[in-house]
This record gives sequence, structure tokens and C-alpha cells, in this order.
Amino acid sequence: MRYFMLLSGTNPATPPPPELFEAIMKLGGEATEAGVLLDTAGLLPSVAGARVALADGKLTVTDGPFTESKELISYALYEVRSKEEAVEWASRFVKLHRDLWPGWAGENEIRQVMGPQDVG
Amino acid sequence: MDNHQATRAAIEAVWRIESPRLIAALARITGDLGAAEELAQDALVIALEQWPVQGVPDGPGAWLMATAKHRAIDLVRRRARYEHKLQEVGRDMEAQAQTFAEPDVDKMDDHIGDDLLRLIFIACHPVLATQARAALTLRLIGGLTTHEIARAFLVAEPAIAQRIVRAKRTLADKKVPFAIPEPGELTGRLASVLEVIYLIFNEGYAATSGEDWIRPELCAEALRLGRVLAGLMPRQVEAHGLVALMELQASRIGARTGPAGQPVLLGDQDRRRWDRLLIRRGLAALERAEHLDAAPGPYAVQAEIAACHARAASVEDTDWERIAALYVVLAHLTPSPVVELNRAVAVAMAYGPAQGLEIADQLTSQPALSGYVQLPAVRGDLLARLGRLAEARDQFTRAAALTSNQRERALFQARAAECGDRA
Repeated sequence: MRYFMLLSGTNPATPPPPELFEAIMKLGGEATEAGVLLDTAGLLPSVAGARVALADGKLTVTDGPFTESKELISYALYEVRSKEEAVEWASRFVKLHRDLWPGWAGENEIRQVMGPQDVG
Repeated sequence: MDNHQATRAAIEAVWRIESPRLIAALARITGDLGAAEELAQDALVIALEQWPVQGVPDGPGAWLMATAKHRAIDLVRRRARYEHKLQEVGRDMEAQAQTFAEPDVDKMDDHIGDDLLRLIFIACHPVLATQARAALTLRLIGGLTTHEIARAFLVAEPAIAQRIVRAKRTLADKKVPFAIPEPGELTGRLASVLEVIYLIFNEGYAATSGEDWIRPELCAEALRLGRVLAGLMPRQVEAHGLVALMELQASRIGARTGPAGQPVLLGDQDRRRWDRLLIRRGLAALERAEHLDAAPGPYAVQAEIAACHARAASVEDTDWERIAALYVVLAHLTPSPVVELNRAVAVAMAYGPAQGLEIADQLTSQPALSGYVQLPAVRGDLLARLGRLAEARDQFTRAAALTSNQRERALFQARAAECGDRA
């Protein structure tokens, strides 16, 4: 079963410590070696992005930054056997932020990716 | 799911993630695969008792490792004391120092990769029958329960349990060491591992839609095992070759079944439904194999063939000349009439039906293919394209008689009818 994870959060005023990046790389390495991490990447702040919206038949394009309190930070795609396993990997990722970047708050949303068994 | 069930599911998920590494480290300490598995299970049982009450520890993996470690020390000490007593009786004090050696448990977390590799090699040891190797591998490295393995292989649970017990006993009886094979035997031993992983993959690939979900999940399980192995043995061409082959084949899973569950052949598949992520991963694995300074083996060559299809936007765009050439290489590595028949198809696509038919016709005397549906099916197709309709109809009729699949039979009968009634 494939799970998509989207990390969002509010960064504290302090810059992210280098130990956090190191720990993230290590955890990513472990998940890759376990054969479960298929793809992952960090996302630039919304100032570099845009939104294409449709309302009442009208398309509007809005450039970032957006005013939400939370920024999207990164995504990951896992192939695991259960939602609980996905939750465990996601928890490990969030714990790194708790342990290494005081003041950081956010969430890692987990969604199961539609597979051939869910189509038709 | 109530709270208790949810905690239990969470614990089992952690255990699944950690159990191969636990068992691998414990097997090194105790030198006993059966004991290692029991100790790991014990740690799970303790977690199931304590965590729902005390809460899940912050580092559940480390907790399981520490708990299992303590029990391993106890076991080894108990055994050492027992040995010591025996020796006192026999007045054989010479070996005392050796048997009293404490296990080097502090190094338990080191060399996890080596331990895991040892575990993979012992589970796939050639002294075991292939089916036993597959069950043991899913159990020890995949972390599947006996119940799950039984469901996945459509075998009764007691039979799988027996298979695993016997396999462990065989390994103990034959004193198979918990070790990475010596360089001289590495190629053969690796082939044994790759065979098991690909068998698991094909078991899942053969599952039809609507079956128990756990069967197609075997493909994902085999892919995970393959990725783990390739990560542990990055210098082995065939490890990357097998990963590439499985990723590329798995990329087509969503496209190879029609809306009514009927199989859709490669040439008729909607290629927009191929999984681009798996294709990208498969091609990357193939590139890693190609960058190694070693000749590709059968898995890498089959992956090359699969990659030709993955890169092509349509059947017409496919590099059939390259595929035909790769089948020559494959036939050299693993000679088989089935490979030869596939070569006939590729040659027909690359150079015309007459050349393909020439190869296929030579296979009619092969006893191994006497009941093989694809031989008359391919010959019928090539004969039809050459306008030799009466002969084509005979071949399709023969294929229809040989197949046990009703949908396939209907297809061959329709093709026979298209060739007309005229003899």
C-alpha cells in the first residue's frame, strides 16, 4: 500500500539546526534501505509558488506567498504494509523536529494513494 | 478500531519494521536462528503487555532491541553456565575460558547491515527447498505471520507452519553457519536469494484481480526485499538487475487487467496507466547495474528488455531490434525454449513474420513445449500475418484446446474464426 505524506508547519524564529538535516538524511537512508521510501523532496516556501483556482467558472492565478499560518515543507511517498507502518515512519520524522528544532510545530498528513485495486 | 486495538496495531507495525534487524542481531549473538526468532517474539509479547498500559515508548525500535538484547544475554549466560557444569563433571576446564566468553552485546547495533545480509543468506540457503526458502524469507525478513504467508500462497496455515519449522530444523541439523558466503560461493548463493525473491514476486504477479489483497501485495513485498538486498550488496549487478526487472514489471500492474477483470496483453495496454514512478525507479536501478564493471546476468538482461517496453510510447515505437538482440544474450545465459519463443516474437516484430516463424517452427519438436499454449498462439499469429490462413486457423484451434483459461480460449476461437472456414 502506498502512502503520501505531506509535512506542514510553522518555523520558529531560529534557523533549522544542521543536526536536523543530518538526522533527516539518516532517517531517509534507513527508510530507503528498508525498501519502503519511494520518493521524497523538500518544498520551497510558498513565495516561490502559485495557485490556480476555479470559482464560478472563472480561473484565477495567485502568486505566493500565501497567508496561511502553516507552510508546506516536504513530501514523501512510502510503500508499506499498513497504515500503522506509515504512521510509525511519519512519527519518526516528526520526532526529529521535536528533538532537534525547539519551538517547531506542525503536522505530517498521511494519505493512502489510490492503487489499481481502488479503481473501477 | 478501539484504543486497545489501535495500540496493538501500532505495536505490530513497529515490530514488523524492526523484526528483521532484531532477529538478525539476535541470531549473531546466540548463533541459533530458532532462538533468535523466539527472543524477538518474546520482546513483542512484552511490548504487547506493557505498551497499552504504560504507553508506547518514544523510541520503540530501540526499546525492542534493548529488551531482546537482555533476554539474549540471559540465554547465552544460562547456556554458558550449563556448559560449565558439564565441563566440571568432565574435568575439562580447558575450554572454560572460551565458553564463558560474554556475548559482545554492546556491539549489537553495529554491523546491522551485515547481520541482515547473513539472515537473508541463511533463509535462502540452497539446502532448503525453494518453497521453504520463500516461506522462511517472508517470515524472517518480511516480518509476515504464518497466517499471512499461508493466505498469500493459497496454502493451509499448518502446512506453512510445518514448512518453516522443518526449514529451521534442517538449517540446525546441517549446521549451516550464520555467515556471509565466501567469495568463491557468493555467485551461487546470491542466485539462490534472487530466485526466492523473484518467486515471491511472480506469485503476487500471477494473482488475479478480486483475489485476496494479500496476494498482489506479494509483489510489493518482493520489491521491498529486492531493494533491501541491492542496498546491502551495491556491487552486485544481478541484485540491481532483479530490482529493475521487478520495478518495471510492477509498473504495468494497473494496466494489465481490463474493466471486467480480463487480462490485457502488453501490446494492448493503455500505457498512460503504467506507473511512471516505478518506471523511473526501474530505469535508475538498471543504470546502477550498468555502471558496475561486470557482465549483466539473466535478471539484468530481462530488465533491459522490460526497459525497452517501458521507454516506448507504443508497440510500433518499441526498439524490437534491440529486444531481439537481448533475447540472443538471454538465450546464451539461460537457454530455454520459452526464451527462444520470445525471441521469435521479437524477431518477427523487428524483421518480419517470416523470420520469426522460422525460429518458432524449430520449436515444434521441443518436448518441453508440447503442451505450451503460447507456441501455437504465436505460430498462429505469424502464419495469419503471412496470409497462411488455413495453417493459422489450425494453430489457433490447437491453442484454444490447450488453454485452461476460458477467456483465453474464447480469444483463440475468435482468431481461428477470423481465419475463415476454408481449409
